[in-house]
Parts: sequence; C-alpha cells; structure tokens
Amino acid sequence: MKLLLPTSLEEACGALKDHPQAIPMAGATDLMVHWPSRFEAHEGTYLDLSAVEELRQHRFTDDALVLGGSTTYWQVMRDPRASREFPLLLEAARQVGAVQIQTRGTWAGNIVNASPAADGVPVLMAYDAEIELVSHRGEETVPLSEFYLGYKKMRRRPDQLIRAIRLPRRSYEVEIFEKVGSRQAQAITKVGVAVTHSEAGWRVVANSVAASVCRCPALEALLGHDLPVTTPDHLLPAIERDVSPIDDIRSTAEYRRKVLARVLFWALKEGRGRNRERARR
Amino acid sequence: MKRREGLAKLTGRERYVDDLVIEGCWWGATVRSPAARGKIREIRFGEEVDWNEVVVVSHEDVPGKNTIALMEEDQPVLAAGYVRHIHEAVLLLAHPSRDVVRRAAAAVEIEVEEESPVFDFRVPPEADQIQYSDDNLFKRLLMEKGDVASALASAPLVVEGVYETGAQEHVYLENQGMVAWEEDGVVSVQGSMQCPYYVLKAMREALARDDHQMRVIQTPTGGGFGGKEEFPSGIALHAALLTLKAGRPVKLIYDRGEDMAATTKRHPSRVRHRTAVAEDGRLLAQEIDILLDAGAYMTLSPVVLSRAVIHAAGPYSCDNVRVEGKAILTNAVPFGAFRGFGAPQSLFACERHMDVIAQRLGMDPLRLRRRNLLRDGQSTATGQVIEDGTDRLEVLDRALELSSFHQKRRAHITFNGSETFRRRGIGLATFHHGAGFTGSGEVYLDSVVHVAGLPDGRIEVRAASTEMGQGTITVFTQFAADRMGVDPEDVLIAPPDTSKVPDSGPTVASRTTMVVGHLVEKACDDLREKLGLSPQATGAALREALGHWHAGHPDQELLGEGRYEAPPGIVWDDEKYRGDAYGAYGWATYVAEVEVDLRTYTARVVDFVAVQEIGKVINEVLARGQIQGGVVQGIGWALMEECKWRDGAMVNNQLTNYIIPTSDDVPPIRVGFLETPYPHGAQGAKGIGELPMDGPAPAIANAVAVALNKDPRVIPLTPERIMSLVETS
Repeated sequence: MKLLLPTSLEEACGALKDHPQAIPMAGATDLMVHWPSRFEAHEGTYLDLSAVEELRQHRFTDDALVLGGSTTYWQVMRDPRASREFPLLLEAARQVGAVQIQTRGTWAGNIVNASPAADGVPVLMAYDAEIELVSHRGEETVPLSEFYLGYKKMRRRPDQLIRAIRLPRRSYEVEIFEKVGSRQAQAITKVGVAVTHSEAGWRVVANSVAASVCRCPALEALLGHDLPVTTPDHLLPAIERDVSPIDDIRSTAEYRRKVLARVLFWALKEGRGRNRERARR
Repeated sequence: MKRREGLAKLTGRERYVDDLVIEGCWWGATVRSPAARGKIREIRFGEEVDWNEVVVVSHEDVPGKNTIALMEEDQPVLAAGYVRHIHEAVLLLAHPSRDVVRRAAAAVEIEVEEESPVFDFRVPPEADQIQYSDDNLFKRLLMEKGDVASALASAPLVVEGVYETGAQEHVYLENQGMVAWEEDGVVSVQGSMQCPYYVLKAMREALARDDHQMRVIQTPTGGGFGGKEEFPSGIALHAALLTLKAGRPVKLIYDRGEDMAATTKRHPSRVRHRTAVAEDGRLLAQEIDILLDAGAYMTLSPVVLSRAVIHAAGPYSCDNVRVEGKAILTNAVPFGAFRGFGAPQSLFACERHMDVIAQRLGMDPLRLRRRNLLRDGQSTATGQVIEDGTDRLEVLDRALELSSFHQKRRAHITFNGSETFRRRGIGLATFHHGAGFTGSGEVYLDSVVHVAGLPDGRIEVRAASTEMGQGTITVFTQFAADRMGVDPEDVLIAPPDTSKVPDSGPTVASRTTMVVGHLVEKACDDLREKLGLSPQATGAALREALGHWHAGHPDQELLGEGRYEAPPGIVWDDEKYRGDAYGAYGWATYVAEVEVDLRTYTARVVDFVAVQEIGKVINEVLARGQIQGGVVQGIGWALMEECKWRDGAMVNNQLTNYIIPTSDDVPPIRVGFLETPYPHGAQGAKGIGELPMDGPAPAIANAVAVALNKDPRVIPLTPERIMSLVETS
C-alpha cells in the first residue's frame, strides 16, 4: 500500500490532484474491517488525514454548527453545547459501534462511506446539513439530502474532500431518532429514522430502507398536512412511495417497511421529541 | 479459591497459539471447495503467484489413511477428487508470509462437476441425492418403554406439536489454530483444543506413525463449547502434513470468517411430539420423533442423536415412551459437538410442548409439571430408576420463589392490559442433563489420572483434561489440595501434553469435575498409599515422606494413579437403549421473563432465574459463571443467533451479521444451587457445564407465548419471526 500523509488541507488537495485514485482515510473504521480479506485493498493508495489539524475541530458560528472533515463522534458527544443544541447527534453517535469506534470514526467518513445503514447520516440530514467539498479546483457546497445518487454513488469527485459539515442552528419542536438493530448495542441498523420539525418544516430521513440514506418526501408531506394518522398502517402508503427496502442478510423488506411505520408512528404519538425539548429548558 | 490462570488472562500475559513465536515458522492456508457436491474436475493455480515459493499439500501427501479418525472413516483429511460440502478442505499451502499464503489460496481455482446436493434435512432425499447407505441416515435410534400405541389409542386427549431449532455457532473468543513441527523424528502439534488424545488418535491413522513419534500439546484455549472437541483433529493433521512437506514449523490459524464458515455448528433439529394425557394432566404416553441435520460427514452425530433421544421425554414420569431419532446427511458443512450435545434441541421441543399441552388442557403449566416431575423411585424413559435423593419439586419451587413467578404473572395481566405496544410474559422450563459419557461410554474411555509426588514435596496432577475457560486447573487444584491436605500453592497442574500426561478422556460431556475430578482424588489416595501415609497425614508429613522416597529412589518418578471404575449397579443395554443412561443427572428449573416490543417485534429477556441441583458446588464463582454463561448462550440461541445458509454454507460468517447477545441484551441472571451430593463424583459434584444450555430457550419461548398469546414453535425467535407470529392469526 501507498500512504500519503499531508499536514495541511492544501497539501491534501494537492495530493489528491496528483493521485486521483487515492482513498481519503480518517478514522479508517470502515476500511479496516475488510482489510484482511480484501487483497486488492492492500495495493491501494491512501490519503491519511490524521495530521491535517484544520479538519479536526468543530465550532459554532452565529447560525451554524460546523463539523470538521475529520471531527469524530466522540468530539461531539463530549461537547455539551453540541449535545444540547443538536441532541440527535448525541443519540446517533452513541449508537455507533463501541467507544473504540466512536473515538476514531468521523461524521464525514460516515457520509462518504455511503452505507445505506449509516448511523450518523440520518440525523445530519434531518438537521438539513450541507457539506462543503473542497479540491485543488475550488470549493462547492452540497445539501446532504442531495448528495447521494444511488447505492454507494455520490456527488463527490475523486479529487474532493469534505472540509466541513454545516448544520443550521434552528429551534426544533420535534427531534426523533430511532434505530432498530438486531440487538441493544453494537448492531448494524435494520431500519432507522430521524425526524425533525422546525420553521423549515418536517424532515423525515430513513436509513437501511433504500439504496442510500434518504429523505422521505411523502411522509414529510403527510405530517405537514396534519392528516389523520391513527394507526401505523396509515403511514404505509407514504412509506411505500418513499423507500424501497430489500430482503438481505440482516432482515426482510416487509419487516423494514412495517417497523419503519411502527417506530415512526409511536415516536410521533408519544411526542418524544417535544418532551425532550421541554425537559431541556 | 480464585481461578489460577485468571490473572494471566486478565492481564493479557496468557500466550495462545497465535501468540507463540516460533523461529522459521511458515504460515499455512487451506484451499476449500467452492461446490456442495461433486467430482473435482480440475485445479488451476493462478499465474499471479510464484508457486515455486509455495508448499502445496494434497490428499496424495497423506502418508496413512486419508481419514479424520473419529466414529466413521468417511471424512477425508483432504478431499480426494470428490467433495461433499462447500468449504471442504482440498489443498493446503504454506509460505513464509501470511499475506502471500492467503493470496495464494485465493488464487487457486477448483472446478467441480456438480452433482445433486441435499440442503433441507426435512425433505426426504431423491434417488440421485443418496450418498450414505440407502437413505442418507447416518444413524437411527429407537428407544421404547411400555406400550405407546395402545396408550395413544385409548387416551382421552392426544396433543401434537412440531418444533424446530436452528444451527448455532460456538463463537469461542479464540479462533481455531494449530502449529506443527518435526524434531528428531517426532511430529508435534500444539494448539487450541479440548481433547489432545482425540488429536493423537487421528494422527495415528492419517500419519501412520507410532505414538512415540507424535506429540500433542494443548495451548491455553480461549473457549471451546464443543467446537474444539473433534474439529481440531483435522486442523492438527493439516498443520502436521504441511510441516512434514515444508520441513519447517507451520502455523495454521483461522481468521473469524474462515472459522465461522468452515467449522462445525450445533445440529439443526425438527422434533415431533404426540402426547397422550389424562384430564388431570398425567402423561400417559409420549411419542417423539427427532430429526437432526448432520451435514456432509458423520462427525459425532450418532452420539449427539443419542443424547437428544435420551433427554427427549424430559424429567417426567411416563409409563409409555417411544422415541425415534434420526441423523440425516445433507451437503452442509458438517455439524458437530456443541454444549448440550443434542439435549438442548430435544428439551426445547419437550418443554415448549409441555406448555402447549397445558394450554390444551386449560391447566396451569406449573401444575402440569408438578404432576409429572419424576419422584424418587420412578423411572426415566430409558427405565433408569431415579433414587438420588433430590426433590425435583423443591427445585421448581425455589425457582418460582426466586423469580416471584406468581406475582409477576399477575402483574403482567395488568401491564399488558394498559400498555400500548409492550407485552410481558413469564415462562419456565423444568429439565435435566445427564453428566458424563452415555451408558457404558465411561467404561470404554478407561480414563486415567496421575498425581506425581515431586522431590521438593509438591504434587503434580497429570491429566489430559483441558482448561478452556471453564476452570479445570482451579478445581483440580482444589481436589488435590483438599485430598492431600496441602496448600493449593503446592499443587501443580501439568499442561496437557500427550508425551507427559495419561489419557483422562476428552474434556466434554460435563465430565471433567465429576468424573475426572474423582480420578484426581483416587490418584491422590493411591499416592498416599504408596508413601505409606495414613489418611490423616497432611502437608508436612507428605513433604517429608516424599523427601524420603526420592532420596531412596533417585531419578525415579512416584506416581499415584486413579483409573475409572463404573459405580456399582450401573447397567446399560446399548442395543435396546434401556437402563442407566447416566451415572447422575443435574436437575433444574429456569424461569424467563420477557418483554416484547410490538413496534419492533423484538423480545428481550428482562429477568432470568436459574435454579439447579448439582450435587455439590465446588467453586461457587466458577459454578455461577458456568450457569450464567450457559444462560447467555441460550438467550442467543433462543432469540438472535441465526445461521443464514446458501448451498449448505453459512453466509453471515462475520460477527457483524451473526448476532450474539451483548451485555446490554442480558438481564440479571440469578442463580440458585441445591446440593444433594453424588457419592461417585468428586466431593459429591455432578457435571454442570452443559445443563445451563438446555433450559433458557424453552423458558424464553414459553414466556413469549404467554406475552403474545401466540404459539411459537421455531427458534431463534428473531424480530422477523415474531412479526410473522403476531401478524398471522
């Protein structure tokens, strides 16, 4: 393997220009899992971002929380202000692997790994995150909800890095994150959903039920129109339009559809988000 | 007493086989079949590898019989032109680099002319699928007591039920691994194993060597659960063949993916019950058919089946019992030994069925069990009269009390009536587990333990019984120290090495504490006698006597010997399956409280009580640990652990997708012991290693049944399966 070790963002962009096939690597928590069995990966070129200090820190601006390109779950979990203003980040981060993964794994890495089961992405998307992509050619900003184009396909050119993830600061009336895994901890999501409601409207984001983590416009519309939803089954037609789950090694399409309806229904009914908002004040 | 090897494990100082640094050691790898059944047409070696650097071993390099000697000579060491399951070992490779040898293995292409395989053990095979005898049955057993046919014909009520259990992976922390080398004409293998003398036996056949030209050494073993009973024999042979051809030490270590895909699992089962019951709940007749999926080779399936058959009727008194058991071939990776060894499968069916019968009778399942539990003087399904002084009703009552069974059952009615999406239920299982080898098995084993008196006054226990996390080293120390009246510090436990320790039998079947521990005591007595010491003599006198003896016999060894003798009055007929199946049984009642979340269809065990009568508790911390560990393994089997198959091979062979419980999935497990000493076990002990695997699954399934008012018949009760239960009326 070839390892590139830039110490600044500029150097990193330069390295990607010279080595367009290089794979950026932050916590490496996904790349390393299959390392022993994927021999072709051993021949690859990797861009190790661990020495790029400017990507590491997260910060608050007047109107946003800005996560760096290599900000870890752990950094956000340890920041009371981030947990207070964006409680779903904390909830999701706690569900990612174990402490070892939480301290190495990064939010941006979770985004570009592009797993449909990503635990960090739904809450970022429900908070209307935008990602700042940077390369030697310049920068661009893409809403996270428009970033994915299909299974493991995304709007990132090989020479681009995520410099930052920007979450607008808003007042939320509803904040919900539900992860259904195959056990209580250290599980890959079988079906998950993040929901927010603010002056910007409803955001419903589901994972493990489509080729990528995705917004659910039909569900958002349903919630926005205040239509009567008295049983979980009332959500199913919208779910049918929004997602396309499959049978795989972890679960079935039927289970995913039904359980998405049920966890969403009960979470909304119980008003968990609202209660939490009250408790926080 | 604290676990003697505990600190080394806790601090990471323990050296497992993969940790051994051996100079000049090469790495081995296994090339496996891509097909489930057929003739090997061609083997192609990819050009990306420099094959001059790689040692390649095929079946032609096996000096002796190409078979892994166990019960039947059907499983080849390396496939000879024909394969019967995916992942069957075809070639072995060795190279100085672990990375290169893995790439080389991936660069070999095996072309198989495929023949018709069998994958579903429940479907009778077609003519072109027959691969063993004329019906694919590796073993058929019939056990009969009384007259079942007439009892069924005249019974007021007959209750039927079919129950299924899935395969289970052992998930020992340490993967399988072995290292081999040759020195002065002696081939040595060292690695993770439960049974060094099984490995030696397999080497004798396949390597065609005398015992003094071979040596088998156990390394500290990170868990076995039966997975390291018979399987290590094959890896040991592979490592030995590689070292013989490479002319240098070779290490063969499986990674988790290979281990989960290619090694044995618990036998999947389907059990059918037809039970005649009186209106008052008395069991009048039990007709039970057991079918086990054996996989592609026989391994230990006949004995697994035997234990399943003997335990199938449960700890109940019934005059008419007929159990038929079959172990059938499929082209799946062979199934093998796993904690419980057939009993968990048949006891799941039995105990779930008891609740089904109670439901049909409109009777409290507690009352049904109370009515039928064996009383002293009554006989089991094999006709074994139980007179061990245990009050099995007291075991039940203790469990009910400890779990607040009645209060909880009442509280759940209120809870379930007021909750929207949560449902609670409580269920139990009453069961037994025979300790030691079945029938005359212990006599055939003819186990021997030595206790050596050393010149410095210490003693050394020499046995082939292995420590694999369960506490052998500690309890043997306790037995020897107590028996000889010496300080535990003055007791050494020899590492299991076939060149140094006698064959005390395999470390399986819950026999080590009870049976082999008793041999430790006998060997101590023999040593005492050889030294002319009185039974009252303790540490100082022993030290002195040993000093004298060794002064008079320089460079000689003083060994006390303990050899197995069957307890008096044990009679077993292996043809008819009648008589005393086991010297002793552990008796237990387990209670599970579950909560099902109807949003996600997930069942969680929220409380668990395990009460058992085990003769005598030898080391309370270890005993409790055995029980709790078994319960956790049982929770996994009942609710989560599911092997997903494609063409007879496990496809979720990673711990990401094969789900075992985390500490967060396990409730407090409250353990209760009752003690009625067993006169032929060490200090009165009976075996406990496997007992806790038997009870959790039926107790949990019964609790789920109560919580949902449904009738689950198949485990694991994954959320997907609970969804189908709930959604189908």
